[in-house]
Amino acid sequence: MNELAAMTALQNQIMQEPFGEYSWILNVLIYVFFFVFMFYGQKINTYIMLREVEGSLYKLKYIRDDGRKIAVETIKEIGKSQTDPTVRVDRFLEYFTISPQSLDPAGLVWKLEHVLDVRENRFKDEVKLMAPAADKTQTNNLENTLEAAMALNYIYKVIRHFYLLGKKTLSLYIIMQIQMILPLIMREAEAYASALKAFAYGQPIGDGAGALVAAKLMHGQPTRKIAKDCVVATVPIEGRTAYVIKAEGHGGNVGKPGDATKTIIEENEGKIATVIMVDAALKLEGEDVGDIAEGVGAAIGGPGVDQFKIEETILKYRIPIHAVIIKEDIGDAVSPLRKEIFDSVDTAIERIKQVILEKTKEGDKVIIAGVGNTIGIG
Amino acid sequence: MKKTPSSAKTKISLFVLLVIFITIALSLAAIIFAIQAFSTGQELVAGYLLLIGFLAAALSTYVLFQTRKRMLHLRIKTPPITTTIECRKCSFKSVRDFQRGDYIFKEVDPCQKCNENMLITAIYREVKERKEKTRF
Repeated sequence: MNELAAMTALQNQIMQEPFGEYSWILNVLIYVFFFVFMFYGQKINTYIMLREVEGSLYKLKYIRDDGRKIAVETIKEIGKSQTDPTVRVDRFLEYFTISPQSLDPAGLVWKLEHVLDVRENRFKDEVKLMAPAADKTQTNNLENTLEAAMALNYIYKVIRHFYLLGKKTLSLYIIMQIQMILPLIMREAEAYASALKAFAYGQPIGDGAGALVAAKLMHGQPTRKIAKDCVVATVPIEGRTAYVIKAEGHGGNVGKPGDATKTIIEENEGKIATVIMVDAALKLEGEDVGDIAEGVGAAIGGPGVDQFKIEETILKYRIPIHAVIIKEDIGDAVSPLRKEIFDSVDTAIERIKQVILEKTKEGDKVIIAGVGNTIGIG
Repeated sequence: MKKTPSSAKTKISLFVLLVIFITIALSLAAIIFAIQAFSTGQELVAGYLLLIGFLAAALSTYVLFQTRKRMLHLRIKTPPITTTIECRKCSFKSVRDFQRGDYIFKEVDPCQKCNENMLITAIYREVKERKEKTRF
C-alpha cells in the first residue's frame, strides 16, 4: 500500500504540473525517439515486416497441415489400403520436377512433354500404391488432391525459407520482397486449399468451364477416345459438323487437347474451316466473374505443350483459330464452380454458335475444344 | 515433414493469455483503487486511476477478442455446394446438397412423377459477395 501511495503522489505531482520542472522528460523522450528512429528505423521496419510475414506463415502452416490431413483421410476412405498411407503422402508432397535444359531451345517442347508424361505416370503409380481400391476416376481425383496438397506444401516452404533467411540476415530487402507479394501468395494458398477440398469430393471447379461448354454441346451424342484422356463427339451445329473435344470425365483430368486437335485435323486432311477454343481465363480486378470475351489464338494454359502442338498444326494447314474465354479469378478457377460461371456457360455456347455462323459456311467442319479440368463433369 | 499436434495449431499462446489476464486483473485493481481514492476525496487521482483502469481493461479485452478472431479466421470455410437434378421428360426439378459421387450429366434415381431416370444438370456454389463501390 505504501508503494501505491508513493506512486499516486508522484503521479499527482506530474499531472498537476505537466509542463513545469518535469518538462525535460518530454524533451529527452523526443530526442530519444528521434535518434532511435534515425539509427534503428530500418531495423524496426524489418521487425514489423517479419512479424507480418510470421503471421501469414502461421496461417500457411495451418492450411498446409489441414490439406495434408484431408489428403490422407481421403486416401484412407477411398483407397482402403492395408497400410497407413501417411508416410507415402509425406514423401509425395516432397516430389519435384526438373524442367529440361533450355540453352539449346530446339526440341524443348518434346523434352518438356516427355518429362511431364513421366511425372504424370509416376504420380498415378504412387496413387495406385496408396489407394489400391480406387477406380480410374477416383485415382485422377486423388492425384489432383495430392497435387494441391503439394502446392500448399511448396508455398509454405518457400515463404518459410524467406522468413528464416530474413530473420537470420536481418536484411530488409530479403524480407521486403516476400512481404510485398504476400497478399497475392495468400490468395493463391487459400485457392489451393479450397481446390483440395473440391478435388477430394470430386466437385466441378471453375477451371472446368471450358470442359462444361464442350460437355453441354456433346451431351447425348456418342463419343470416342481421340487422344490420351481426351474424347471427341461429332455434333451437328447450325448445319456444320462440329468435332467437340473435351477431357475424359468425370475424374480430375485435363487430357491432351493438343494431340486431340492435331489428330482430328489430320484425320480430315486439314479440311477444317475453323478451330474454336473455349477456356476459363483469369479476369482483371473490376471485371465480373463469368464475363465472356472473344478473340483469336489458342486459348489454353498449362506448360505450353498443347498450345505449341495446336499452333503447329493450324499453321501447317492455315486454319483460322478463334477463342472464347470465361473470366474468373485464380480463387474461382480452382475452387468449386460458382453459379455465375455455370450460368455463363450457356452464353459461351451462344457466342460459339455466332462465331460458327459468321466465320464458316454450311457443310463446313469445325473443331470446338473445351479446355479445362473435367472433374465433376461427365 | 514435421508434424504439429492439432491442438497446438488452434490454441492461443499461454504466455499471451497470461499477459492479457494479468492486465485485466491490474485494470480491475486500478478501478477499485479509483473508487477508494474517490471516497477519500482525491478526485484527481481517482479520475486518472479510473481512466487507466478502463483503458487497460478495454485494450486487453480487445486483444483477447482479436486473438480469438485470428484463430477463427484460420479455418477454411467450405461453401455449400448444391446439386440440381432434372427430369428430361417432365422437367421436374429438385435441388439438394452435393453428395460425393455426383457429377454433371450423371443419371440418378427415377423421377417421382414419371419414373424416367433423372439427370444431374448443375453443380455449383453460390457466393454472396459484397460489391465494393468504386468509381471505375
